[in-house]
Amino acid sequence: MTTIEDLLQQPATVEERKTPILDESSKREIRRACLTAVAVPGYQVPFGSREMPVARGWGSGGLQITLAVVGRDDVVKVYDQGEDGGVNAANLRRLIRSAEPVTTTTDPREADVIQTRHRVPEDVLVDGQILVLQVPVPEPLRGVERDMTELRRMHAEADYAKMWVSLYEDIVRNGIITQTTGYPCLVGGRYVIATTPIPRWDVPPLHQARFLSLFGAGREKRIYAIPPHTDVEPLTFEDVPFQVEEVVEPCRCGLIQPDEEPGAYLVELPGQTGETVWACSDTDWCARRRLEAGLLGEDAIDALEVDL
Amino acid sequence: MSPHTQPRQRGMIGGTAATALAVERLGKIYGPGGPEAVEGTGPEFARSVSPSTGAVIGCWDVSFAVAPGEALGIIGESGSGKSTVMRCIAGDQSASAGSVNLAGVDRPGGTPADLLQLAPSDRRALRIDRLSVVYQDPAEGLDLRVSAGGNIAEPLTAAGWRHFGRIRQRAADLLSRTEVPLDRMDDPVLTYSGGMRQRVQLAKALANDPQVVLLDEPTTGLDASVAAGVLDLIRDLLEETGIAAVVVSHDFSVIEMLTRRCLVMHHGRVVEEGLTDQLLEDPQHPYSQRLVGAARG
Ligand SMILES: Nc1ncnc2c1ncn2[C@@H]1O[C@H](COP(=O)(O)OP(=O)(O)O)[C@@H](O)[C@H]1O
Ligand SMILES: [Mg+2]
Repeated sequence: MTTIEDLLQQPATVEERKTPILDESSKREIRRACLTAVAVPGYQVPFGSREMPVARGWGSGGLQITLAVVGRDDVVKVYDQGEDGGVNAANLRRLIRSAEPVTTTTDPREADVIQTRHRVPEDVLVDGQILVLQVPVPEPLRGVERDMTELRRMHAEADYAKMWVSLYEDIVRNGIITQTTGYPCLVGGRYVIATTPIPRWDVPPLHQARFLSLFGAGREKRIYAIPPHTDVEPLTFEDVPFQVEEVVEPCRCGLIQPDEEPGAYLVELPGQTGETVWACSDTDWCARRRLEAGLLGEDAIDALEVDL
Repeated sequence: MSPHTQPRQRGMIGGTAATALAVERLGKIYGPGGPEAVEGTGPEFARSVSPSTGAVIGCWDVSFAVAPGEALGIIGESGSGKSTVMRCIAGDQSASAGSVNLAGVDRPGGTPADLLQLAPSDRRALRIDRLSVVYQDPAEGLDLRVSAGGNIAEPLTAAGWRHFGRIRQRAADLLSRTEVPLDRMDDPVLTYSGGMRQRVQLAKALANDPQVVLLDEPTTGLDASVAAGVLDLIRDLLEETGIAAVVVSHDFSVIEMLTRRCLVMHHGRVVEEGLTDQLLEDPQHPYSQRLVGAARG
C-alpha cells in the first residue's frame, strides 16, 4: 500500500519483464512534485510533463502520477466516466500493468491507487488510498483571467474577488450557479482549485477525506493535491447553498430512488426503444449492489468481468 | 514591512483637522536616470524631457495634503503630469521619489507608513476599502463585460462579503445613490452610455466607504449636458459622504465646481497653489494666467 511516507522512499526495483514508461529519475521528479503539492494543498506545482504513449489531454498527467507513485505489488484501479470497461481506461490499465509490477482491479476498496477521469468512487475510500485524477484544465481562474502573471498574483495573494464576481454574475443571469463539473473549491482555506472534471456529487467526499487526492494535468504540466483530512469548501455564498446533483428519477434497476439513501450519481442513457433511462455512473459499485440484491443484468456481469 | 492598519479615523483629531492624504516631493521619471535626469526640465526650461538622459519627467517635487472631507483640485494642460501623480498615489505606477501617507495606515509602532515603500500586495489591499480611483476611461476602472452589480460586487467580495442578498442590496443602494436605473443593474456595463459608466465607476469607488477617492478627469469625454449631471452628482456625493478627494482636470469649470483649493501643474511641477476662487480671480504664475485667460476666453 502506497502511503505519503512511501513516496519519500526509494522506488522498488523494476522487474525485468516489465517495460517501464518512466525512468527512475523521472518518477523521482514527479514524486517530488507530488510531495510539494501535498505540502502546499491546492497549489498548482509545475512539473516536467513527459511524453506518454497516450495523447496529452487523454490522461497523460494522471498516468505519470500513477506510474511514479505505485510500489511493488500495489493494486491499481483505472476507470473513466465511472466505467472500468471504457476503451480509454482499458488502454491506460494495460499500459500501467505492462510498465510496473502491479495488479489491477475494478473494486476501489481493494485498490491502493485509483486513477480516474470523471468520478470519485461511490465507495468510501480510506487511509492510505490514493486517488489520481486526470485533469484537463487545472486553472480554476481560467474563465475570469487570461494573463498568466496576473493569475499567479491572484493565487499568491489569495485574491479571488474575480471568481466571486463570476459566481455572482452566474446567479444573476441564471438564478443558480450553473457550474456542473469542475466546481471551484477552496482547499485548506487557502488555494482555490478546479475539481475538474468530476461532478458536484463527488465534491463532498473530498472534504476531510481519509485518502490522498493527486490531480495531474499532463498538457498543462501541473500537479496539485488534497492531502487527507483537509478542508475542501465549494465556493458559494452564505445564502446560496452548494447543492449536488439530485436523483430525479429512479435508476433503471430501481436500487436508487429519489430522496432515498444511499444516493448515487446517475447518468442518462438511451434506452432500447429510444427513451431515456437513468443508470449509476459508477458501474462497479452498481454491479456489486445488484449482485447483493439478486438483480444482475447483462451489463452488470460485463462490469464485473472487465478484462483485467 | 507590512503596514498596521488601524481603525479608520475621520474628521477632527485633538481639535485640529487631521490629514487624510499627504504627498511629499513625489517624483516619477519615465525612462533612464535618477534625480540627475531632472536637471534642465520643468516650467523654466519649458520641457519635460531630460536633456541628459531623454527620460520623460512625469512629475517632480509634487507635495500637498488633503484634509478629511476636503476636495483638492489639480489643473493643468494635457501632459502636465496630473495622471502621473494620481497613478503614483494609487499604486498603478511605481514612483521614483517622494512619499505618500494615508491616515490610519501606520507602521508597527504607530508612525505613518509610506505607501510607496509598501509591498505591492499591501498597496493593493488599500485599494479595497481605503483608497478608490475613478478613471477617465471607464474600461480602466470597470470590467465592461460584467454587469453594474457585478462590478460593485468585486470590491465587496474582496472585502469579505459572502452573502449574495446583502451584496446585491448594497450594490442596488450604491447604484441608486449614483442615479443608475436599477432595472439596468444586471446588464453588462458595455451596454451603458458614457455618463452611465462613470456613475457605475462612482458607485464602485464608494462600495467600501473609502477615506480618499482620486478622480482623474471624471467627466472628460462626456457630452456637456451629461458631464454637468455627473459633476452635480460628484459634488453631492463628496458633500454627503465627507470623503477626501483629489480631482484632476484640465478644465477649470470642473475644478471650480468641485474644489475649494487647487494646484496648477506645468511640465510635471506644481507652479501655483491656492484657493480655487482666488486663483481663478487673480492667478499669479504666468502659466496660470494663460490657463485662466484661455478658460475665460
Ligand atoms: N507610461 C508612460 N511612459 C512614458 N511616458 C509617460 C507615461 N505616462 C505618461 N507619460 C508622459 O508623462 C507626461 C505626463 O503625462 P500625464 O501624467 O499623463 O499627464 P496629464 O494627465 O496631465 O495629461 C507626459 O509627457 C506623458 O507623455
Ligand atoms: Mg491625464
